[in-house]
Amino acid sequence: MGAESPPKEPSPKIVIVDESPIRAAILEEGLREAGFTGVVHISEMQSLLQRIYALDPDVILIDLENPSRDILEQMFQVSRAVRRPIAMFVDQSDAASIQASVDAGVSAYIVDGLKKERIKPILDLCISRFNAFAKLQDELDRAKSALEDRKVIDRAKGILMKLKGLTEEEAYVLLRSTAMREKKKIGEIAQSILTASELLK
Amino acid sequence: MSTPLHVGFIPLIDAAALIVAVDKGFARAEGLDVTLAREVSWSNVRDKLNIGLFDAAHLLAPVAIASSLGLGHVKVPIVASFNLGLNGNAITVSPALHAAILREIDGDRFDPMVTARALARVVAARRKSGAEPLTFGMTFPFSTHNYQLRFWMAAGGVDPDEDVRMVVLPPPYMVESLANKQVDAFCVGAPWNSIAVDLGIGHILHFVSDILLNAVEKVLAFRQGWSERNKEVVAALVRAAFRAAEFIEQHENRAEVARILAQPERIGVPADVIQRTLEGRLKISPDGTMHENKRYLLVGREGAARPDTAQAAWLYAQMVRWGQAPLSPAALDAAMAVFRPDLYDAALGPEAREPVSNVVGAFAGPAFEPRDIAGHLAAFEIGRWKG
Repeated sequence: MGAESPPKEPSPKIVIVDESPIRAAILEEGLREAGFTGVVHISEMQSLLQRIYALDPDVILIDLENPSRDILEQMFQVSRAVRRPIAMFVDQSDAASIQASVDAGVSAYIVDGLKKERIKPILDLCISRFNAFAKLQDELDRAKSALEDRKVIDRAKGILMKLKGLTEEEAYVLLRSTAMREKKKIGEIAQSILTASELLK
Repeated sequence: MSTPLHVGFIPLIDAAALIVAVDKGFARAEGLDVTLAREVSWSNVRDKLNIGLFDAAHLLAPVAIASSLGLGHVKVPIVASFNLGLNGNAITVSPALHAAILREIDGDRFDPMVTARALARVVAARRKSGAEPLTFGMTFPFSTHNYQLRFWMAAGGVDPDEDVRMVVLPPPYMVESLANKQVDAFCVGAPWNSIAVDLGIGHILHFVSDILLNAVEKVLAFRQGWSERNKEVVAALVRAAFRAAEFIEQHENRAEVARILAQPERIGVPADVIQRTLEGRLKISPDGTMHENKRYLLVGREGAARPDTAQAAWLYAQMVRWGQAPLSPAALDAAMAVFRPDLYDAALGPEAREPVSNVVGAFAGPAFEPRDIAGHLAAFEIGRWKG
């Protein structure tokens, strides 16, 4: 009782290298909520190494779709160009965490000597935010293509109604039964009707 | 029943044997159902091979060795059972550096010793005038491009760590970086040198085949443990790549090969650039000057596909020379053990045994002796390793 808690270590300085501003914002927000206050996002890949050296971070997070990852590998080298040696965060005893991070599409680089237990929560958070973003992106893509399909189907229905004197309901039934017979999506059948009507104009 | 395989590659022309093996059906004929995964960085290819997301990969030969020795990254033993390409790189310089080198040239402009000495004079003049050091782009710390640039400039008296800046750049960024003067020169594989010339922002100074007669470039790489458990699959993929390499090297197939490789999901550059590269006939200056070297890129020809342990030793010697690896007999053995001519022979049988002379054949220094790396390196003045 009354024992003083040990002085808190300062929050490590984290740099996020990601060309996707939305994903970077999601990750940054997560890190801040978890109490990591020193987070900087780099989205511009020009002079990447110089900018990283100027920021002098403890941890660098980079997405795997980024070709600039190879630039960071240079930081492992002992040379005049490299100020502080950096290591990739790989814990050889923890294959699952490497697998999870590659699956999520992110990689972490840390300054040599930074304690493993300080990095683990950052990487875990990063993996879960990257996965959340991928899911969001997937849902967005599906919603977008559903919307596109809707527009195409509506136009195809209009053409059928006009040409064959059908009601909207009948036009839809015709589209659907054709799609089922030809084992195609309704959107594809609708698109071919639009293409044909363009050609026959 | 066909065996599913995941194989990673970087969109470069020296992935040709792998891509043609899949797209032309040679892999299927061997009972393999190969999914090719196009990657954006060597780090990704290395990591995905290491953790088993890829069964095999198109890999920089020095990365296979570095991974086996645990240099710069986690140690995962890799084996290379097939050379996907010998040579194929070139050094491209900005118009300004090209003009500066030509002003200093004293001899044959295509002689790498002559250009390296001219570069040394350019570097000295820049230092005297207080100008920024020249910056050279290459693709990876453990890359043939890094060692080839260093070998060339050091022969002329330029210390790559003291006199210039060496920076890693992903191949797709090379051209842009040269255009906006972030780098003054780069060494990279095809098609990027030709693209810089076609855009009028670079001159090809040398084909690497003018610097080294035979330089192993990319290999077909497997995790060692996996290769031992899947010997038949390794052999089947080697056979498929061998057939593809034979197909590529037939002159009458070149147009079709270029079309296959030009697909957007494969290499995605114009077919005519690919065809010029395969034929070793490249435009080297924006004014249309051509330069030809039949050895520009070897895909299987002259026994080029058979791994040669002396080539692995040469790459290891470069790692030692530039301070990336310590010199030890055990590490040398481990490096040489990455290259597996025995796996190649086992897959192909007697038909593969054409006479092979893949000597490195560098333009400077003594002939390479794999078993005496200390003695070999002692012949070079510049280097981070002091014996």
